Amino acid sequence: MELKLSPEDAAFRDEVRTFIAENYPPEMRVPNPETDLTKEQSLLWHRILHKKGWIAPLWPKEYGGPGWSVTQRFIFEQETSRAGTLPPLAFSVTMVGPVIYTFGNEAQKKKFLPRILSGEDWWCQGYSEPGSGSDLATVRTKAVRDGDHYIVNGHKTWTTLAQHADWIFCLVRTDPSAKPQSGISFLLIDMKSPGVTVRPIITIDGSHEVNDVFLENVRVPVENLVGEENKGWTYAKFLLGNERTSMAGIGRSTRYIGRLRQIVKAEIPTEDPAHLEFLRDIARIELDVLALEATELRVVAQMARGIDPGPAASLFKIRGTEIFQNITELTHRAIGNYGLAIREHPVSANRFMPGPDYGHTASEKYLNARKLSIYGGSNEIQRNIIAKAVLGL
Amino acid sequence: MDIQFTEEQELLRSSVQRLLRDQYDFEARRKIVASEEGFSRKQWDAFAEFGLLAAPFSEGAGGLGGGPLSTMILMHEFGRHLVVEPFVETVVLAGGLIEHVGTPEQQQSFIPEIIDGSKIWTLAWTEKASRFDLANVTTRARREGSDYVLTGAKTVVIAAPWADYLIVSARTSGDDRERSGVSLFVVDRRATGVDLQSFKTVDGRRAAEVSLRDVRGQLLGVEGEGVAALEACRDRAIGALCAEAVGAIGELNSATLEYSKTRKQFGTTIGSFQVLQHRMVDMFIAHQEALSLMQHLSLSLSLSDSDAGLSRLASGAKSKIGYAGKFVADQAVQLHGGMGMTDELNVGHYFKRISSINIQFGDPAFHVLRYAQLDAAA
Repeated sequence: MELKLSPEDAAFRDEVRTFIAENYPPEMRVPNPETDLTKEQSLLWHRILHKKGWIAPLWPKEYGGPGWSVTQRFIFEQETSRAGTLPPLAFSVTMVGPVIYTFGNEAQKKKFLPRILSGEDWWCQGYSEPGSGSDLATVRTKAVRDGDHYIVNGHKTWTTLAQHADWIFCLVRTDPSAKPQSGISFLLIDMKSPGVTVRPIITIDGSHEVNDVFLENVRVPVENLVGEENKGWTYAKFLLGNERTSMAGIGRSTRYIGRLRQIVKAEIPTEDPAHLEFLRDIARIELDVLALEATELRVVAQMARGIDPGPAASLFKIRGTEIFQNITELTHRAIGNYGLAIREHPVSANRFMPGPDYGHTASEKYLNARKLSIYGGSNEIQRNIIAKAVLGL
Repeated sequence: MDIQFTEEQELLRSSVQRLLRDQYDFEARRKIVASEEGFSRKQWDAFAEFGLLAAPFSEGAGGLGGGPLSTMILMHEFGRHLVVEPFVETVVLAGGLIEHVGTPEQQQSFIPEIIDGSKIWTLAWTEKASRFDLANVTTRARREGSDYVLTGAKTVVIAAPWADYLIVSARTSGDDRERSGVSLFVVDRRATGVDLQSFKTVDGRRAAEVSLRDVRGQLLGVEGEGVAALEACRDRAIGALCAEAVGAIGELNSATLEYSKTRKQFGTTIGSFQVLQHRMVDMFIAHQEALSLMQHLSLSLSLSDSDAGLSRLASGAKSKIGYAGKFVADQAVQLHGGMGMTDELNVGHYFKRISSINIQFGDPAFHVLRYAQLDAAA
């Protein structure tokens, strides 16, 4: 589905398309970019976008954003995801950046924003804790003021790519006596600080994406507090809002459906009754994508007129993740007996993997995609949000 | 209908339960899976010692005469403990074929070595293009003296790296997808011309791509009638795999229920949320239905050898229990949240075993269609 574009927007779309085609690093086209790239490799595209001035579509121009309209931002998102480019690290660009330029002080903006844009600093997110998953407001990591520092103690978990991170933005409890939401602060912590330990968590697909982060008597300068003490919950919610709108994943789903179609064509002969079943299943998913995309376009049009979709954004998270899970499941099924094999991590060219190349990541993707309905606010929580905030139940 | 176990069956169940409880907890299993070989010879010997490898074989063949019900009992427990040792491959698939279609000489020469644990077997039937079709065989066998010579390639053969012998389906006549003309052969895994490329499977086992170049094989069963033998073999395998799946489903439900009663969010246990209560009720129902079908199938397998009705039931159970397992596994991971995604917790490993069972011998969609087609044919 295409937006009806003005001539200017159409020209912009072509410009983006051409730029990607000419500049996306070939070494980033690996079987599974999310797990197979080194930190340096995964930053190649980031640096190219930074040089072009396109690294932070969401950001206002004064902080280094490109100054695009809502429609242009959408076009950019659509083109980059359709082309299968690895998005710049969301924790840096989409999450902590906007919090800093919205709620941070001048010194923080000056210190952190340019390094986020350039890719010099890699950020990770210190939100979840073993006891605080869906119920984030119960974070227990403590920050106690000691002169010009906070002393931080606690245990963060599910911290994505913390193994690469230079900084972590953390929700910490600064007022234990206040109501859960009111005693939280938003603190920026240097990962090189003494007392920070990162422990890998290996997931069911065998990959190392997430980590435990232990904070033991970590001294954090008071100047790394964002906004006001005990107001961190407001900033956290602001950030989560940014996380959810980007979860429809239309471009990615469209790309994976295309791949699935090729796999079915290659693997299942037309005279096999399973062939027709797959065609029907694929068509149903395509219609799911079409409907979600139409909804997204409708919301984009509304946003261009200044209407905020608000909590309805949860719809994109719910459907976007369910759709992608279905695609990975169908792809895993399509490769038949080869679905029993899985690549070993870390990936090495020396290890034998059976079956055609296009099936090599099917098992790990299928397993890894189980996380989508859990993270970023589980889909149960998203449904609660719509029930309460949209339907008034 | 609820199976009342006989004293012997009860004894078998309690002895395998004790064995696995003492020697096969999740940490022990993790070590076995991570070991060089990927399975435990020591466990295999213990299985032999406890008579588990003898249980389903007829007394005439040197077994304990427990039949498909003893397989069900064992596999249910193996499913609960995520046992990776090749019981299905060696005893159910190969042992079953040798017992059902082998000559008396073959039975006498092969079955005792299965029962005493000294030889491991597997079945190599899948090929690159075969998907779940037993008759889609391009590997060829030609007669040479009293033996046959095989050439071709088999794919994703589970337990092949561990096996001493393979039973290989190969075409002695007919076109690639023809039902008749497929024969079964016993092949020494270490024979000249057998080449393995090994890899790990999703569920922590080992498998291999097997290529055969002018490999000597011994005919097993009637020449050209291998597909019928394989179909009956698949029915028995489905009985075993369904019991294993039900064991895994039961464990996932217990773990999820336990977790929902202890995990607190929003000031209360997550099990107090109605949306999760209903989810777990549906998981409970799925388990009950799967358990019933498992018993129904195993009883039917123990009463009759092979007929179209039995095979149809097997496909029906494979499909229904497959979907039940998938639902329960999905929800168990979901309800465990991030923990369900970790390699550390057993939940994800049950998920992976169930999703692998759902591929072996055909996925639930394949079997529901077969179930429908066999009805139309009746």
